[in-house]
Amino acid sequence: MALELQLDYFDMFGLPARFSLDDEELGRAYRDLQAVVHPDRFVNASDAERRVSMQQATQLNEAYRTLKDPVRRAAYLLRRQGIDPELDTNTSMPTAFLMEQMEWREAIEAASGSADSRELDQLSCRLGGELRRMYAQVGQQIDERGDFAGAAETVRKLMFLEKVSDQIGDAMESLEEGTGD
Amino acid sequence: MALLQIAEPGESTAPHEHRLAIGIDLGTTNSLVATVRNGIAVVLNDHDGHSLLPSVVAYTKTGDVKVGFGAQAVQSRDPKNTIVSVKRFMGRGIKDVAHIENCPYDFVDAPGMLKIRTAAGMKSPVEVSAEILKALRSLAEEALIGNSGGKLVGAVVTVPAYFDDAQRQATKDAARLAGLNVLRLLNEPTAAAIAYGLDNAAEGVYAIYDLGGGTFDISVLRLSRGVFEVLATNGDAALGGDDFDHRLYCWVVEKAGLSLLSPGDTSALLVKVRETKEFLSAHTEARITAALSGGQTIDLAVTQLEFWEMTRNLVAKTLAPTRKAMRDAGLTAQDVKGVVMVGGATRMPHVQQAVAELFRQAPLNNLDPDKVVALGAAMQANVLAGNRSREDEWLLLDVIPLSLGIETMGGLVERIIPRNSTIPVARAQEFTTFRDGQTAMSVHVVQGDRDLVSDCRSLARFELRGIPPMTAGAARIRVTFQVDADGLLSVSAREATSGVEASVTVKPSYGLTDDQITQMLKDSYEHARDDVHARALREQQVEAERMSEATQAALREDADLLGLEEAETIMAELETLKRLAAGTDHRAIKLQIDAVNRVTEPFATRRMDRSVRRALAGRSVASIGS
Repeated sequence: MALELQLDYFDMFGLPARFSLDDEELGRAYRDLQAVVHPDRFVNASDAERRVSMQQATQLNEAYRTLKDPVRRAAYLLRRQGIDPELDTNTSMPTAFLMEQMEWREAIEAASGSADSRELDQLSCRLGGELRRMYAQVGQQIDERGDFAGAAETVRKLMFLEKVSDQIGDAMESLEEGTGD
Repeated sequence: MALLQIAEPGESTAPHEHRLAIGIDLGTTNSLVATVRNGIAVVLNDHDGHSLLPSVVAYTKTGDVKVGFGAQAVQSRDPKNTIVSVKRFMGRGIKDVAHIENCPYDFVDAPGMLKIRTAAGMKSPVEVSAEILKALRSLAEEALIGNSGGKLVGAVVTVPAYFDDAQRQATKDAARLAGLNVLRLLNEPTAAAIAYGLDNAAEGVYAIYDLGGGTFDISVLRLSRGVFEVLATNGDAALGGDDFDHRLYCWVVEKAGLSLLSPGDTSALLVKVRETKEFLSAHTEARITAALSGGQTIDLAVTQLEFWEMTRNLVAKTLAPTRKAMRDAGLTAQDVKGVVMVGGATRMPHVQQAVAELFRQAPLNNLDPDKVVALGAAMQANVLAGNRSREDEWLLLDVIPLSLGIETMGGLVERIIPRNSTIPVARAQEFTTFRDGQTAMSVHVVQGDRDLVSDCRSLARFELRGIPPMTAGAARIRVTFQVDADGLLSVSAREATSGVEASVTVKPSYGLTDDQITQMLKDSYEHARDDVHARALREQQVEAERMSEATQAALREDADLLGLEEAETIMAELETLKRLAAGTDHRAIKLQIDAVNRVTEPFATRRMDRSVRRALAGRSVASIGS
């Protein structure tokens, strides 16, 4: 099955296998490639060609989805090194980090409990800053230091923080819903 | 010496040959066909110059089929065999169509999709739609090919953005049945955006406001790098231009002091008011004149302002879902770069004004709102047929409107492809067996954005058999979902250690109403509300139970205070309460609790009287004794 015939995602876009990449360039490469492989270009072609076109366009969509998102991109780079950051359950997260998670959660609960949307906004800004700092960190670990074990831990932390980000989003939405109607 | 011309491998040897392709807007009320001629999209007219084909199909005993105006003409004479608005039934079961009891048809439920018993036999909505598509196809073939002997390459057929897999599949089946090669199914709002040239150059958020004859749809799209992403959809399945006609009709009936009208007068007057409505879009005043069969004549003047006033709340009814869609998309009016107007009813200036006020900008309305979807479809068909050079071809990357997943333990949904994934898309997920020696596994595919299977639409069930007996958790079953560029799903499952394989092309096992789809989308944005709803429901259920027990205890004690009829009424209301409390509508339970309260009030008064009397009696006995 074509799905298992995996091409390297960076090779597909003709980009170096690095964490730091130019979003614009990735987007352009994606569009240029889709313009060639997309099923819309093969509506009158043979069944076999159409099948291949669908498989290629599907793979391209998957590759683009993976590379355009920083956390998915980092996780993919690590998997290329034989490390699965999501599977690694042996290493527990540092206590200090877990404490921070608790603090985030408590802050969100407090803000939504008192219906304080400005506090939620501030939390969101702070989290944004934290995420950017960690993107930079994981970039250094992968691209410059080749510290894949360290990068795997950063990726796991990022996955935690993304959940926090979702929680802030949910809290904001339920506040808006409460006052919206 | 003559030079030989050699074509590039893979390039057509006749590069200028124009391939005939059409775009079809298969609408609830009207359908249209368009094509690109000399680089310009045009709607094709029938012999009488009509561009709109009423989406009406009439069947006769002789097996004769009439489509469009011919069918519309016999509608009042033979409503049972004249199918209107068949789009509402596509990919739907009887239970799934709102207000189906108002339809004059003889419905027969069938697995997946209902059928209609007509004079010409049993017809599925797919077959009825195919008749409309056949009529459009022959119209196009006559206009484009005539006697030249060419051939239609294919068609792009539009569907509402919220259409799920079953509805899309049904639409594609209908087109195939009509002998059309479907180049692509295209979302209606996306087609409208293409017609306005919002494909390559424009980046940003666009709202597509579609007020048709009988339905209202609002879609919020984000365009970026040629990707059309549906951010939110909403609407009202029972609101359209016809309601504006009806308001004016009622006004005329009242003003002229008309009483019961004959069906002939009613339909004649409806035609008059529709003309008046259209006239008032460009004039400040209109006269309505008609001679009724009873000899009475009508001669009324109506101003544009009067008409706007009487229909103002209809316009307001479109704004609520529009605001809701914006909220669902997490956007405000300032985020919207443009508003595209679709549907004939958007010609009314007060509709335009209301939309302009809401979005704080003039809507895009320089294309004919009845034709814009068909024009966009034709432009896309032209690209797909390969009539444009690579440089000015655009690529349209669409997304799936609802998440796809499968049922897991406890009736929960494991989401496999999230909504808004760019298509085509494939995703695989591994599952394992639950019991030792388990040799079969059933896979239930659902579509929707809620966590519970019961809140999603069931698309298909299939069994994977022949799994070699292993200990629980040892088998590796890989389920792969593939969604093609039309948004249609196929699912396959494979056991990794043995290679046992099962695959299905998904066929619907039951349907949902459009309202439910909208609701599903809406709900997916409202997780926070779930708890509120669940709690409200639980509260009302507890209250209902308490109420039933108390009333029954009272009946046991003081049944002699009630007449037979009164007792029966109370029992009936309690029965209703019991039934509603088993459901999930907390408002309905609340209302029924109120109803039980009302019917038991006299009984409660009498019981109170008796208790008071008993108490009084006891005391007097006691005081006598002392």
